[in-house]
Amino acid sequence: MKILALLHTQDDGALPKAALEVVTAAAGLAAQAGGTFAVAVLGAGATAAADAVAACGASAFYAVEGDAVAQPRYATDTAAAAALMQAAGAEVVLAPGTSRFARCLPGAAYRTGAQVDTHVAAVSVEAGAVQAQRWFYRQRILGAFSRAARPWVLLVDSGVYAPWSGAAGAAQAQPVAVAFGAEDSRTAAQGLQAPAADAQTIRPDAPILLVAGAGWTKKQKDGQYHIGEAGALIQGFLQKAQASLGSSKSLVDLKSDGQETLNFMSHMNQVGQTGSTPRHPKGLSTCCHGEEPHAVGWRFINERRAINLDANCGWAQGKADVVYVGDAFEIMAKVNALLG
Amino acid sequence: MNGFHIVVCGSLVPDPLQTLEPVTTPQGPGLKNETMLPSVLDPWSAHALYEADHLAKQVAGSKVYLVSLGPKAKLQQLMMTVAQKVPFELVAIDGSASGFTDAHLVAAALAEAITAIPGLDKSRLLVFGGCASASRDAGVTMQLVCERLGIRDFFSGVDELKVAPDGSFSVLERVEGGQYLASTCQGAPAVLAWATGNLPEPRNNPQVGMANMRGVMPALMKAKPAAVGVGALSYAKTEIPAQKRATRVVKDVGADEIAREIVAWIKG
Ligand SMILES: Cc1cc2nc3c(=O)[nH]c(=O)nc-3n(C[C@H](O)[C@H](O)[C@H](O)COP(=O)(O)OP(=O)(O)OC[C@H]3O[C@@H](n4cnc5c(N)ncnc54)[C@H](O)[C@@H]3O)c2cc1C
Repeated sequence: MKILALLHTQDDGALPKAALEVVTAAAGLAAQAGGTFAVAVLGAGATAAADAVAACGASAFYAVEGDAVAQPRYATDTAAAAALMQAAGAEVVLAPGTSRFARCLPGAAYRTGAQVDTHVAAVSVEAGAVQAQRWFYRQRILGAFSRAARPWVLLVDSGVYAPWSGAAGAAQAQPVAVAFGAEDSRTAAQGLQAPAADAQTIRPDAPILLVAGAGWTKKQKDGQYHIGEAGALIQGFLQKAQASLGSSKSLVDLKSDGQETLNFMSHMNQVGQTGSTPRHPKGLSTCCHGEEPHAVGWRFINERRAINLDANCGWAQGKADVVYVGDAFEIMAKVNALLG
Repeated sequence: MNGFHIVVCGSLVPDPLQTLEPVTTPQGPGLKNETMLPSVLDPWSAHALYEADHLAKQVAGSKVYLVSLGPKAKLQQLMMTVAQKVPFELVAIDGSASGFTDAHLVAAALAEAITAIPGLDKSRLLVFGGCASASRDAGVTMQLVCERLGIRDFFSGVDELKVAPDGSFSVLERVEGGQYLASTCQGAPAVLAWATGNLPEPRNNPQVGMANMRGVMPALMKAKPAAVGVGALSYAKTEIPAQKRATRVVKDVGADEIAREIVAWIKG
């Protein structure tokens, strides 16, 4: 079986962590299947990035670099990824499920006659066949499946495999030529923008996720709103614990409904059924009821604790490890003080 | 600019508040009592529909189509609420809306239905959809539709689209770390798979509902059947892994003590 780890570089020319995780996945699958694997890299500095994983055990390296793929763009990324897959003659392609590849690899699969699956949470050889696992219905049902057709492109979720690490070397990546068309550059990337929020609150690699719920914006026991205080407590915690910030849908929806709310949060922070499903070792939920569409956003949070005034909140129903019944304003002020 | 032809791809998913249980059927995996489960318009494609309406109101001469693939009877139920939100012309395709169907087959059926829309002008075409469904959650269908329609510009996880008077536009797509990738595009045709966008859910408007329903019933009557199923996917199992935790509820304990315990846990 010919396996390809298809990777891309990030802005600084290095491979993102999710790409290194795929190197681990590809090496493991090749070992299980008794096959070999190749590495293909796309993006600015692709050749040098291949050198960084030269010692990973791949049988061959391929690269596409240059202006056309310096920035993420569907048309050029799709053409380049398709060319790399064809050059490697891969049967099973493993790739990181980054935003760049999630955008373009389904198109590249179509152009190469491949089939594609995403959000892969495990890939292994079972009874001689490659089998993948992923969640359906937004993290509610886990399915294991295979496809007989080849090539088969699998985008692996980040955080599933340990990142490969090892010495750099000379990979001697083969440059792959791509025939870009004029119509491939109708779109021009203008760079990254932070959301309207005034702080960087989403940190995918943070050790802990703080989830804020709509309770922070509700009238408190003195009959008053304390939105400014809520904002200061949440931001204080994020900074002291280097936490990432998640939100319930109800809290970020207040903003689109035009109500006063926490101005540093946006829909990007929302976790859950219609939000994200981040992976963090720990999660602390505050002022949030823990309803099912929200709880699915915690599927990949290992240790879960919650603070709620209500002892019967959703978290208490077997969804959190510990529920602290108390006032989050009071408790978080003390937590922040202790964190120093 | 004579306005856009905005085709929104969106179908139904089970109401998220329902408990879902996988079962095996002769057609492959399915959900227990699937036909009885109440459904809603797939949330991210619902945002796409509201954004389509917003854009159509800004650019004179634009028209919105909603292409929906689902069991005809359930689509009819869904339209009772969705049709009251914004004006659109429905193109219905009768087939499974299960999350276990193969996105490749779904994309083929959607692209065929879009191509068959009478009078659709590709030079003015913007195809919208959700960045992933709440059922399959694959995030590949819209790219496959894009390829099948021969369109070269695709955007994923879109939260903002701003159109200039000459028809060119700028887009913000969600990327890692809570950031946006900003891009500009020369104009239609393009495919945009939306995240939440920036608009609240429109209130039900019975007048819009009445106007839409005149087209909805005939569209449902002529809905073509599509053989959409698990296709080339071979499922070994579908299950809900046991998730229940033994929750420890800490009450009647002072804030100081709780804070100390939380900090010890964070640092531990
Ligand atoms: C189609 C659909 C999709 C959905 N998708 C999502 C999704 O992706 N993500 C999501 O989050 N939700 C989603 N929901 C909504 C979900 O059902 C809930 O409505 C939402 O999660 C509730 O948010 P909340 O817990 O912040 O607010 P509330 O339900 O209002 O709860 C607020 C909580 O704060 C507590 N509280 C108040 N003050 C304090 C205090 N001082 N100290 C401690 N606790 C306090 C209260 O006891 C209460 O439990 C979806 C719903 C639908 C229908």
